[in-house]
Amino acid sequence: MLTEALARLGRSGIGAIAGLGRASLLLVAMLGGLRELAPRPRLLLAQVYNIGVLSVLIIAVSGLFVGMVLSLQGYYVLAQFGASESLGIMVAASLVRELGPVVAALLVAGRAGSALTAEIGLMKATEQLSALEMMAVDPVRRILTPRFFGGFLAMPLLAAMFSALGVLGGWFVGVGLLGVDDGAFWSQMQAKLDFREDVVNGVIKSLVFGVVVTWIALFQGYDATPTSAGVSRATTRSVVHAALAVLGLDFILTALMFGG
Amino acid sequence: MGKGLPGVAAVTEHTAPPPIGINANAGECKGGAMSPTMPLVRIRGLRFARGDKVIFDGVDIDICRGAVTAIMGPSGTGKTTLLKLISGQLRPQAGTVEVDGADVHRLSRRDLYALRTRMGMLFQSGALLGDLSVFDNVAFPLREHARLPKSLLRRLVLLKLEAVGLRGAAALMPSQLSGGMARRVALARAVALDPMMVMYDEPFTGQDPISMGVLVSLVRHLNDAGGSSSIIVSHDVPETLSIADYVYVIAGGRVICQGTPTEVTADGSPRARQFLDGQPDGPVHFHHPAAPLADELLATGDKRPC
Repeated sequence: MLTEALARLGRSGIGAIAGLGRASLLLVAMLGGLRELAPRPRLLLAQVYNIGVLSVLIIAVSGLFVGMVLSLQGYYVLAQFGASESLGIMVAASLVRELGPVVAALLVAGRAGSALTAEIGLMKATEQLSALEMMAVDPVRRILTPRFFGGFLAMPLLAAMFSALGVLGGWFVGVGLLGVDDGAFWSQMQAKLDFREDVVNGVIKSLVFGVVVTWIALFQGYDATPTSAGVSRATTRSVVHAALAVLGLDFILTALMFGG
Repeated sequence: MGKGLPGVAAVTEHTAPPPIGINANAGECKGGAMSPTMPLVRIRGLRFARGDKVIFDGVDIDICRGAVTAIMGPSGTGKTTLLKLISGQLRPQAGTVEVDGADVHRLSRRDLYALRTRMGMLFQSGALLGDLSVFDNVAFPLREHARLPKSLLRRLVLLKLEAVGLRGAAALMPSQLSGGMARRVALARAVALDPMMVMYDEPFTGQDPISMGVLVSLVRHLNDAGGSSSIIVSHDVPETLSIADYVYVIAGGRVICQGTPTEVTADGSPRARQFLDGQPDGPVHFHHPAAPLADELLATGDKRPC
């Protein structure tokens, strides 16, 4: 009984390590495809459109509402200490440092990441990837690499959009509904938000999340069992693994960037 | 070859002149660029297993230049696997597969891809790229491998589509095609680069009689008009025998019968007869090995499988 349990544990551990190895090899292969992607920018632009532009609606609406809620909650706390004039910097710092990159990455994992996994998994199940191989076209370089770099480029743009609309939502609630001074809202934000500390670190986070979310989504699709149940499981795993990776990495990055 | 090979059933005497590319005495190929008897595909001692299940165990096959060669056998005997081994998508545990003189499994990735530009493959499902139109699917290999002016590329694609009777469907998407049409588009794509060899994976399965007839004549016509060689993997006996020059029947991991269609049709071995005549039971059992039905139905407790 105990040996069986240990054997199962060992098998799953070996499976996890083997999966990580396959994922790493796929990442190297995708990066290797960049040279072939350079003379064909249309392939990249198409994926920036698929992953980025088609995610704009959910990112914009979510950003707006997150900013509004942040402003509402922040105002009630700050008002207790007579610091409601600091609402602008609180909303902006929260969005630019944390919520923008993290929530945008979670939303992209749910909308675009799951779509990427299902697309690649179905291409595998319907032998489209094998057909590319037989046409002497490397499916990793032709299909996966443009999607990988498309996600990498789209993520910081989406995070920036999320943060910008969040600030606007916060302004609308704080200044428009709760009566915070308009000048104080913007001037404190301008004075205390540091470009290097806050904005650049936020962009770095979103670039890292872009890599991780897209990599996980593409790997899960490429590694999926080529059946409908297999693709379904891969799509679920893609969203769950990406969400956990984003949240875990956010803690590590935050500790590294703002800890000292 | 054939009669003298171990594990290969004897074929009957020839009743018709030898077909193109086949030596009447030994099944060796006539002509060819490499040597007078050099086959286009030469498989020797092929062994391939998935886990404990042995798919091929010492298979020898020659595919001759300019001929339509059929690989036939019951479902699950590894016919599609054989195509994947020939094209280098799978690696055998033992044996060699040579295509045009090159050992496929010893080639570098670059050389393998170069070889594949001279091979075409028609997948059972068609495997058309779902986000590209019919025109773009057929144009895909040309765009990837041949730097052609747009006008020439357009003409070539239209000619390929005309050959399969679907020039009028050039603007359609794969989702708008019937199964037969999708396979014809895939066929046009497979021959887009005028390959030296086309592999057909179950080209006739699930086709209505009209599509079936069209596909049967297309395969033969494209082989002869294009000067290529064809490998058809199929278990549709009458259709395949009607266009094949040479036939291998595979079962139980070995070649059980080979020869011209006439020879194979006349073969007397029980396994070949069961497959060719479609007998429900024989050396290959219809039922998967199991305990007696009565025992299963009356079983209680932990021994029940479900």
